[in-house]
Amino acid sequence: MSNTVQTLSIPAAPSRPWSLPRPLARTLRFCRRKPLGAIGAVIVLALFVMAVFASRIAPYAYDESVARMKPPSVKYWMGTDNLGRDIWSRVVFGARISVTVGFSTVLLATVLATLIGVSSAYLGGSYDILVQRVVDAWMSFPALVIVLSMLAALGPGLLNLILALSILGAAGTSRIIRGATLSVMQHPYIEATRALGATHARILLRHVLPNVMATVIILATIGLGAVILAESTLSFLGFGVPPPYPSWGGMLSGSGRTFMYHAPWMALWPATAISLAVFGFNMFGDALRDMLDPRLRGAGGGPIR
Amino acid sequence: MPTYVLRRLLIAVPSLLVATFIVFTLPRLIPGDVVQLMLEEKAYGKDLEELRAKLGLDRPIHVQYAAWLASVAQGRLGESLWTRQPVLAELGRRLPVTLTLGALAIAVAIGIGVPVGIIAGARQDGALDFFSRSAAILGLSIPAFVKAIVIILLPAIWWGWTPMIRFVEFSKDPAMHLLQFVLPGTILGIASAATIMRLTRGMLLEVLRQDYVRTAWAKGLRERVVVLKHALKNAIIPVVTVLGLQVAQIAGGAVVIEQIFGLPGMGQLLLESIIQRDYPVIQGINLVIVIMIVGSNLAVDLLYAVMDPRIRY
Repeated sequence: MSNTVQTLSIPAAPSRPWSLPRPLARTLRFCRRKPLGAIGAVIVLALFVMAVFASRIAPYAYDESVARMKPPSVKYWMGTDNLGRDIWSRVVFGARISVTVGFSTVLLATVLATLIGVSSAYLGGSYDILVQRVVDAWMSFPALVIVLSMLAALGPGLLNLILALSILGAAGTSRIIRGATLSVMQHPYIEATRALGATHARILLRHVLPNVMATVIILATIGLGAVILAESTLSFLGFGVPPPYPSWGGMLSGSGRTFMYHAPWMALWPATAISLAVFGFNMFGDALRDMLDPRLRGAGGGPIR
Repeated sequence: MPTYVLRRLLIAVPSLLVATFIVFTLPRLIPGDVVQLMLEEKAYGKDLEELRAKLGLDRPIHVQYAAWLASVAQGRLGESLWTRQPVLAELGRRLPVTLTLGALAIAVAIGIGVPVGIIAGARQDGALDFFSRSAAILGLSIPAFVKAIVIILLPAIWWGWTPMIRFVEFSKDPAMHLLQFVLPGTILGIASAATIMRLTRGMLLEVLRQDYVRTAWAKGLRERVVVLKHALKNAIIPVVTVLGLQVAQIAGGAVVIEQIFGLPGMGQLLLESIIQRDYPVIQGINLVIVIMIVGSNLAVDLLYAVMDPRIRY
């Protein structure tokens, strides 16, 4: 609602002789209207840069032993751990796990959810009822318990982690996509396309999917924070990436907890990294959702204002 | 009302059945070579065939499921592959710990979430509204295990005080037994409290703008009566729904919290049995969790009928 009011009240912007390029102006408007979202975006961007250029940013390799249990100093910004590894370097490399798991899980979950949701709504009938009862049962489990049980069957590891988290995430998301598809199919243009003799594939790909896409993208953005949180929790419990490679949750468990009274920096820095990352993704996702689709406010398990 | 209760109970049956099927098939995802691997550890059975028979993997899946369901209906959950103890007895020891923890977490969630949400909603944009909204964002963003570690760690750094991580039985020292749940229960409840606070505030803001509330103001009623008696009755209904969903959240969160605070509850048992690949125990725990969640959803639905006289079934 406030959208229209604001755009109407500043009509003269383009006529200024030194008007900003449009993407920049848009970014500035986003920052002004959603300051928390902007902070989130900065955190997300920083996380990305850390993940991509980890080997350039980190002063040492993640498994390189430099000095044992040194407190934070100019040389070792975040101190070193019990095996003498630089914690700042490990935090930087840990961003790779968060980003990899976060994005591949959300991608896989979104594809799965779209397949389930769209087919359930499009085909309807007993297929719809059956699929939705399974989704019901799936959603009634606590997320952590379901993932742990799946990892018990699959065994730990990065790939299995992504697989388990995706299947879990897909269930809830598919319910909302199903709803969106049902509402799209109410429109007369779908009926018109069908009357023209379009095949199912054509109706789905050219008419249904493009109109459901906004919902799908918003759901994916909101899901990122939750996935990163789930990954760190599972790593903390020892079901994440195997030890030599650093993940923030893993750094907090095991030696991080054993030595935390003598070397609190070993636990505090990864804890800060996880909290900042989840906060950043949540705020960015929230703001993006509000900007893209005010109708979705409050739906999809996201926070409600 | 009695017919509604009966009908609602009947609806719960199919969802419970589907859930038990998932509980049952999840461990069935074990690839064959894991059975081989389990055999090599020599702990489970003498040969491959015996192990398969023990896991029940030698029969067709629908037969297995029916047999398992029948034994569950008779109250038998099998025995642990590792300790040979009946699963039911082990669950009986662990369940009270998790239930105490969960009850405390829900109490914290309601006790903090609802009152703070009401005050924040009634005094929109006030100091408490701003403070509690910021706190809620923080409460939701920091994972429970990070909160727990920081809360244990900071007093240790500042005052050298560390909480004891040793479980005290109720029979030995009842006061100490309950006291040791306070910190983990509070940490477990904070995230739910934040969710409930935000929802209570949001719903109250919406209801306070409705016509009948304006009428109540116009009658000259005091603020306390308008907010607590007129507005809250309608605002609280969605909060009850979300509270039902939070039960699942709390059951999942208990796994991590029990691990950090060394509480011998179901969550800890689940982690142990997953690491040991003790499938009958995993199935048993999952079954209990499913029953608790389906039960709490049922309770929420029944509570609806009591709280909202407009709902007629």
